[in-house]
Amino acid sequence: MLTATELMGAKTYDAQGNYVGKVREFFVEPAEQPNRVAHFLLARGSFQPLVARHDQVAAIEAGKLELNVPERALDAYQPNEGWLAVTKDLLDQQIIDTSGRKVVRVNDLDLAEQRTNGNVELRITQVDVGLPGAARRLLQGIAPQRMIRALQNRLPARTIRWEFVNLVEPDPLRRLKLRITHEKLEDLHPADLADIIEDLSPAERQGIISSLDEETAAAVLAELDARLTTQIVEKLDPEKAADILEEMAPDAAADVLGGLSKETSEELLDEMPGQEANEVRELLEFDPATAGGMMNTDFVFVGDKSTRDEVLEWMKEQDLNLDQLDTIVLLDGGAQFSGSVPVARLLLAGSEQALNELKIEPLLSVQPNADDKDVFELFDKYNLRMLTVVDEDGRPLGVITVDDVVSKLLK
Amino acid sequence: MWSRESLEAMGERWTGRVQRARDAIRPFRRRIVMFLAVVGPGLIVSNVHNDAGGIYTYAQSGAKYGNSVLWSLIPMTIALYVSLEMCSRMGAFTGKGLSDLVREEFGFRVTFFLMAAILLVNLGNVMSEFTGVFWASENMGVSRFISVPIAAVAVWILVVQGTAKWVERIFLTFCVVYFSYVISAFLAKPDWLISLLHLFPPHLMQYVPTMKQFVQVPKFDAQYAVILAALVGTTIAPWQHFYLQAAVVEKRVGPRQYPTTRNDVIVGSISCMVIVFFIIVCTAATLYVQGIHDIPDAQTAAIALRPLAGKLASLLFSIGLLNASLFAASILPLSTSYVVCEALGFESGIDRKFGEAKIFYTLYTSLIFLGAFLVLALGKFANTILLWSQVLNGFLLPPVLIFVLILVNRRDLMGEQVNSKGFNWVAWISTIAMIGLTLVVAYTSIHDLFVHPASGIR
Repeated sequence: MLTATELMGAKTYDAQGNYVGKVREFFVEPAEQPNRVAHFLLARGSFQPLVARHDQVAAIEAGKLELNVPERALDAYQPNEGWLAVTKDLLDQQIIDTSGRKVVRVNDLDLAEQRTNGNVELRITQVDVGLPGAARRLLQGIAPQRMIRALQNRLPARTIRWEFVNLVEPDPLRRLKLRITHEKLEDLHPADLADIIEDLSPAERQGIISSLDEETAAAVLAELDARLTTQIVEKLDPEKAADILEEMAPDAAADVLGGLSKETSEELLDEMPGQEANEVRELLEFDPATAGGMMNTDFVFVGDKSTRDEVLEWMKEQDLNLDQLDTIVLLDGGAQFSGSVPVARLLLAGSEQALNELKIEPLLSVQPNADDKDVFELFDKYNLRMLTVVDEDGRPLGVITVDDVVSKLLK
Repeated sequence: MWSRESLEAMGERWTGRVQRARDAIRPFRRRIVMFLAVVGPGLIVSNVHNDAGGIYTYAQSGAKYGNSVLWSLIPMTIALYVSLEMCSRMGAFTGKGLSDLVREEFGFRVTFFLMAAILLVNLGNVMSEFTGVFWASENMGVSRFISVPIAAVAVWILVVQGTAKWVERIFLTFCVVYFSYVISAFLAKPDWLISLLHLFPPHLMQYVPTMKQFVQVPKFDAQYAVILAALVGTTIAPWQHFYLQAAVVEKRVGPRQYPTTRNDVIVGSISCMVIVFFIIVCTAATLYVQGIHDIPDAQTAAIALRPLAGKLASLLFSIGLLNASLFAASILPLSTSYVVCEALGFESGIDRKFGEAKIFYTLYTSLIFLGAFLVLALGKFANTILLWSQVLNGFLLPPVLIFVLILVNRRDLMGEQVNSKGFNWVAWISTIAMIGLTLVVAYTSIHDLFVHPASGIR
């Protein structure tokens, strides 16, 4: 096993044993192989630097590289955007560890030698983010190799397998050339991804959000710090931003838009489909410090005369967000609020029982202009998980759920 | 039936959720932000360095040269603003801390030695803060063996256990108590007009016809240069730049919020210098007028004030000193361990458990307690600590400022926000002047330490 630091500065000899130059950088070409070291940049003092390809290397050891071709077979170095430079693009830079779900800084890279017919290839196996890598970076070239090895064996290792490494590259064109995708990130929980994004710089955040699919992007934005969300949405392409907002719950979308300037917010609303935009517009009218400003207009309501079975049948046909659903709002014949039923009560109810009989007492609702402090008090006093907001005629406008209260309290 | 795999999968999902619930609260981030909730980072960073060492230097320069050093405050305000503004701009436009940028652009080895130096220098700074606590408490009749340990424990608890509300209140109090120097200065009954007149260089003012009789022109010799250098050296400290930039990043200041932050830096630089003005005026009107030109430490300054300006003025002076020392001691160890750990890739933050961020906690705790312990152990040699801390700050400042200037002028990092030509001139001139002056301080401090070890400070 070799490391990137040990290889840096390695003296290179050609097939005849003549000295060629020193390894100053090496490149991975992700378009061909994701982990193979494809090119070695050989510095030759004031002469033009040369490049050795992976199949031109006969043997590698720490500090020494032997080629299987004569020097004149090597190409002159031409910068290439599609090559990932190990020192410049990886060492000391931040990467995302998708298995540990966090942002880390690279100290060194571990490389494995692989012998094929007549040449040796190097493959990146893992990224060193711990003390052994740090010690090597510090001491390489100062202390003898054996001493460094002995020291690093004593230090606790912290490494990340190359498959779990997600590179961060703000420039979309370069990202394409380096074949950097964010598929692995989309598998993470949005809250974890939000944490990761908060640790990155603004340009990097922008790069990740704009390359995620709209649904994931919406979920991540809803978890982010409000100020960051505003900064990101402001800089997104308006069409993309509108698509993401559409995927968000109306109250979350209203929160995001509320932080933007009037013009930007209007521009985005115009891009959104009519019905969603109207819901968000209505929510934007409310003062954030009132019940109206906290409520969500997405809620499940059924007639209070319907039976448990009817409701279950109906629910099966709907595309409901079951993870978030724990209370159903009941309406009477006049479309007025008549109570609410926790989903758990449906589990034990008789199949013909009307929902009217299952509702919780006391019957609570607030008007949209109610102060948020009053809302907190109601939640605290009655141990609520959901509270319905009604207009002057008693018609439900939306609901406040306990997570709205929690995020409001934490602000 | 449940299979073993499905149970394990459930268990994993469950712990995953517990983990997330904990991460979601992220107390450290909240704390860093709440440190800045009441007052902006620029204001904090400028005021915090009016610390024990600073106050001593200001008091001493006022005692030694009276009003005639006041003119240096205006150029110093500009230099302070220029150097801090560059860091806040870098934070706002790159979204990265200064230590992160140094690591990414200059590599591991440079970063390692820089961080090691910062750690050492800030241990010295923490020690001078506890020396401040020791001076102030002894003037108020409390033994240092009681006050210093209590201060160390209080600072540790405040930061690790403090709730947002309490930290906010305490920090606000710290900021307000700086006004004790304003009151002390009024109690000293200086001639305000003459003091204000000295904000303009007396070397020039003496040629203005009607002003001549009021102006006190100092002799421009080596001693005077040393005092000027000491003023600059204590005013602009290397750690401020790291702290300010990290704070700007943590506070999520982006290009749009940047103008507010720049104003905050302006207000901070000016308010800091206003306090310095009052301290110098206070000692100039009392100690200098009475011919007490050499004060070995800040405690002596406070004691000497008693017969001249009254008990109250002396007490307020000590309270100000204690306040400044505690304020700096609450911020320095935390910001130092945070910056060092972030740059070298160690886990950091008070929301982590000890086991998860061993190095961070070890650094943080040892900065405070080792600092306090050394101050108690060295006892009467406390002055030497201050000297050393100034020497080390002086040596660290040039590389830090040069890194800042190189980074802020990198177009690939800053885009259009690189320094303008005019700004660069001002920045380089003030940087070179600061480097020159701090090296003078370093040189004379070393001279004092080795050549006249018994003579105290200068």
